[in-house]
Amino acid sequence: MSTSSGSISSSPAPVTYDPASGPVLEVDDLHVEFRVRSGVVHAVNGISYTVDQGETLAILGESGSGKSVSAQAIMGILDSPPAVITGGGIRFQGRDILKLNAEDQRQIRGPGISMIFQDALSALNPVYSVGFQIGEMFRAHRGTSRKEAKQHAVELMDRVRIPAAARRVNDFPHQFSGGMRQRVMIAMALALDPRILIADEPTTALDVTVQAQVMDLLKDLQRDTGMGLILITHDLGVVNEVADRVAVMYAGKIVETGTVDDVFTRPGHPYTLGLMNSIPLVEAKGGRLNPIVGQPPNLSRIPSGCSFHPRCPRARTGAAAAPGRDCVGDVPPLRLVVPGREAACHYSEEVLGV
Amino acid sequence: MGRFVVRRLLLTIPVLLGASFLIFAMVYALPGDPVRALAGDRPLAPAVVAQLREDFNLNDPLIVQYAKYLGGLAHFDLGVDFSNRPVLDTISQRLPVTIKLTVVAVLFETIIGLAAGVLAGIRRNSFFDNLVLVSTTLIISIPILVLGFVSQYVFGLKFGWFPIAGINDGWYSYLLPGLVLASSSLAYVARLTRTSIAENMRADYVRTARAKGLPNRTVILRHTLRNSLIPVVTFIGADVGALLGGAIVTEAVFNIPGIGRAVFEAVGQQEGAVVVGIVTLMVFFFIFFNLIVDVLYAVLDPRIRYD
Repeated sequence: MSTSSGSISSSPAPVTYDPASGPVLEVDDLHVEFRVRSGVVHAVNGISYTVDQGETLAILGESGSGKSVSAQAIMGILDSPPAVITGGGIRFQGRDILKLNAEDQRQIRGPGISMIFQDALSALNPVYSVGFQIGEMFRAHRGTSRKEAKQHAVELMDRVRIPAAARRVNDFPHQFSGGMRQRVMIAMALALDPRILIADEPTTALDVTVQAQVMDLLKDLQRDTGMGLILITHDLGVVNEVADRVAVMYAGKIVETGTVDDVFTRPGHPYTLGLMNSIPLVEAKGGRLNPIVGQPPNLSRIPSGCSFHPRCPRARTGAAAAPGRDCVGDVPPLRLVVPGREAACHYSEEVLGV
Repeated sequence: MGRFVVRRLLLTIPVLLGASFLIFAMVYALPGDPVRALAGDRPLAPAVVAQLREDFNLNDPLIVQYAKYLGGLAHFDLGVDFSNRPVLDTISQRLPVTIKLTVVAVLFETIIGLAAGVLAGIRRNSFFDNLVLVSTTLIISIPILVLGFVSQYVFGLKFGWFPIAGINDGWYSYLLPGLVLASSSLAYVARLTRTSIAENMRADYVRTARAKGLPNRTVILRHTLRNSLIPVVTFIGADVGALLGGAIVTEAVFNIPGIGRAVFEAVGQQEGAVVVGIVTLMVFFFIFFNLIVDVLYAVLDPRIRYD
């Protein structure tokens, strides 16, 4: 069976997706803005990426770079108003989610794309038992009975290695430790065997040893299920350990993509380079940290040209710049710099040293 | 939980004792002579006055009178009024009327208040939301006396939709007084629910519920309303206690013979035994319904435990 987008848009009911035909998820030139009283905040400004089956894509960026907003746009859980998706497409298994009606979108959330959040304590409802909240997935999407749903919940809690799952299924979120709560979130997100899991800073609220356990668990579960994983984080260490590819975001745009090894060892964008240089090294113990100077941009007044230029040590303008490559005047497109690597910098070759 | 309830019930004893003594002392301190008030314009013979004073223990010091009252209370004797009618009879005759009025008022308060609050809360800044805000402000700012007379005039007299006064038409005669009595509480319930819903709609777990692909109805009823009900239940519970205490103004306007009017009349006639009996009962209701609220708290929010 082939997937032609024409046949899908005419009859949305049958899922005519062939996994061999392409990526599970394609984000294409996505734009999101927040229309608030003080003006328009341009949170996501044309990002594109794809996620294949079994692949882990890390989206790396500092707070306010638009990484969480883009994930919420994919999930369809943006608060709108004030958020508005102003352009682009999100194709899941070949179908553009943004063109589906609300009910079809809802049916994708859970069985198709699923999400885990940063702070499991506030992301779980305090007044329902964890078993009930996990079981809700089966009841809402498969019409399972309450009793059977609880049975499934116990199995899932076992699968995410929560000790004594059968005894704890009726406990409430506040009765679990931070790491166990995050496992409950993971169990809930994986209940219906989603093809894409979005993990929005899944380990930020946990201490380091628990972080490693949770990341290991996610990795194992991904291997078992073959789902695509989008890992949103600002933790370079986590990216290095688990991701296949990385997309670096700055001011609502992707400024560099490539394999984790490539990007981490030889950055092609001055911002990525700055990130790598800011990692404290054991050898440099006692020395000063090497941060990126300046402040992240105000997203309601993004700098002209390359949005990173006010903080970039290599920024060139006027006579110093090559024609059409003025960092203040010309927006650098995300372009293939070397095979397998894209960067949005006029002078990426210089950064790479090729 | 069981131990908590027992402890709280035991705690009501000293509160009731203190309350009844305070009321007793206040009635005792009222100016004027109850026996003379009873006699009216026609003076009684001094021997009769002396006999009455003796019968009602009016010659004893306050503390002795109170002790004798408590002695009677121990075997459910609340004493008699000046026409020798047991106070317990008065209460058992008047209380069902007040309970009916309270039931009607609480139903109005809960159904209309909750519905308006939920709809306003999930559609913040909509036309309906603004309508609720303006109308509740209006209702809260109008004294219940005015509201009572105006609705009695308009709906009872002008349109003739409801009985004007009295309770001769069964439950139907309680509708208008119940609505008037409920009005300000209804407005508070609507506002409380609206704020609580609006706040919870932004909660992380509601976002999670949407991300789980739950139907919109489930997201709102199960994951927003349930959590938002906690403060509303507190308010309604405490309000039931207060409403059972009788609505003196509403019962007077609509001529409803409940315990609110009974206590009002008793104060005028310095019927000490009636006042003390009824007001102590009111205090008990208030405490009792607050206890129920506390128990409900633990049912609604599993994070609250009393043991």
